[in-house]
Amino acid sequence: METALTDSLETTATISVRDLRVNYGEREILHGISFDVNRGETLVILGGSGSGKSTLLRTLVGLEKPSSGQIWIKGQDIAAIPPSEMDAIRKRIGMSFQGGALFGSMTVGENVALPLREHTRLEESTIEIMLRLKLEQVGLQGFEYYMPSQLSGGMKKRAAVARALAMDPEILFFDEPSAGLDPIIAAGIDQLILELKQAFRMTIIVVTHELASAYLIADRMVLIDKGNIVAIGTTEEMRASTQPRVRQFLDRVAEPEVSRELDYLQMLTEDRRSK
Amino acid sequence: MELLSQVGGSVINGLAYVGSLVSLGGRAAYYTFVAPFQGKPIRFQRAVSQALDVGVRALPILSLITFFIGLILALQAAYELRRFGAMSYVATAVAVSMSRELGPLITAIVVIGRSGSAFAAEIGTMKVTEEIDALETMAISPVHFLVTPKFIAMAAMLPCLTIWANAMGILGGSLFGVAKADFTFIRYIWASLDSLFLRDIVTGLIKSVMFGITITAVGCLEGLSTGAGAEQVGRSTTRAVVMSIFLVIVVDLVFTALFFFMSQG
Repeated sequence: METALTDSLETTATISVRDLRVNYGEREILHGISFDVNRGETLVILGGSGSGKSTLLRTLVGLEKPSSGQIWIKGQDIAAIPPSEMDAIRKRIGMSFQGGALFGSMTVGENVALPLREHTRLEESTIEIMLRLKLEQVGLQGFEYYMPSQLSGGMKKRAAVARALAMDPEILFFDEPSAGLDPIIAAGIDQLILELKQAFRMTIIVVTHELASAYLIADRMVLIDKGNIVAIGTTEEMRASTQPRVRQFLDRVAEPEVSRELDYLQMLTEDRRSK
Repeated sequence: MELLSQVGGSVINGLAYVGSLVSLGGRAAYYTFVAPFQGKPIRFQRAVSQALDVGVRALPILSLITFFIGLILALQAAYELRRFGAMSYVATAVAVSMSRELGPLITAIVVIGRSGSAFAAEIGTMKVTEEIDALETMAISPVHFLVTPKFIAMAAMLPCLTIWANAMGILGGSLFGVAKADFTFIRYIWASLDSLFLRDIVTGLIKSVMFGITITAVGCLEGLSTGAGAEQVGRSTTRAVVMSIFLVIVVDLVFTALFFFMSQG
């Protein structure tokens, strides 16, 4: 039965998430999430702070263990496979972290070349060429001898993308690509994601709370709120949605302010009861 | 009852902590002794640069401290020995207490201050900035990449530093010996060497290897278990220093007792 499922997933979706639940200690963060990511599409996971969208991303790349459910990536359930097979999958995905997560003790070039040096037996001269290529793709040619601390926020993100691209991944993950950047630099990162999408037909998954950026890069969107999927659909479908929670997020309507202590307490307890 | 359950809780926590230390050490041992034969070579370059940092760069401060310790030991020993008119035993007292106990211990304390804290701060910062996560998503084991070279560097450098510390301590003692106990410098050194058995030096060195492993395990574990936020890095660093000092003393006691009973039987 398992192989049959695998086969059917292989043909339709690169990633399939089924009834995914994630706990931090006692607290359940994701309450049974299911969705598919099709090959070559850009899926944007939208959600407010504390919605569970970052946890979802961390679980997809194997940094958090799900408490139940399945995550099928390239036909393998990463919730159930041994570490050695997980490593094989990780070599085929790239991840760009929110703050870049470049290694401060290494130059930009060493950062980008690290996966190649660790996982391939390529000649040093070949690695040098690939390194230049990757830096050129993200618009950082000539920066290989800089230290990460000498780069601006936008350049760090670009370097992180170059490192994520090093192993020519089939799936690329972005955690808040525009967080902490001014609008112009952020637009540049969006542009970079669009270019990657067109040039490589990679499957790209972006977690963000930036609507403008989401509209620009997404083929489809998933809106997450309090650990549940509120809506899923193409950019047009989301724009046209009449669901109140979707409208509230997309139209940026503020949450009713909690003004009285008693209301706040009531809200907290209701939150507890609903679990 | 309350007290009993609290004591029980602390004991269980303590055992769990030691368990995590052993598990981390075990994984590093795997990457040192097993993985190289499965095509995962040791990061020698990283180990050497770590060794330079924890070993060579510690020499100036370690030299100064152990020189003073040697001098202090000579003064303290002379205070008692003078009453028996046995000042010529100052050299023996300094040499034996340095190489059996204070050489390894003072070296460990200096290394905790310089490197154990630095390990926790370095790895803790990498945890906070998601660099550890980045390593994992690149299918690079943080234990293999970061922790194992530190273990190798520390296990290799601590005995070297300890030998150096012993020598500097004896040198410090000789200052008093020459000035106040009618030794010539050459005679003082000969008296020191004469009084030492190989066993004294070797037991000290075995202890120093264990100290090095303990300090690395605590520093790296505290770094890896750092929570979110910059203030957590500071907390990890403090905990690494306090826990290392405590555990080094415990390891010292265990091994000293072990050597004592072994020499009897």
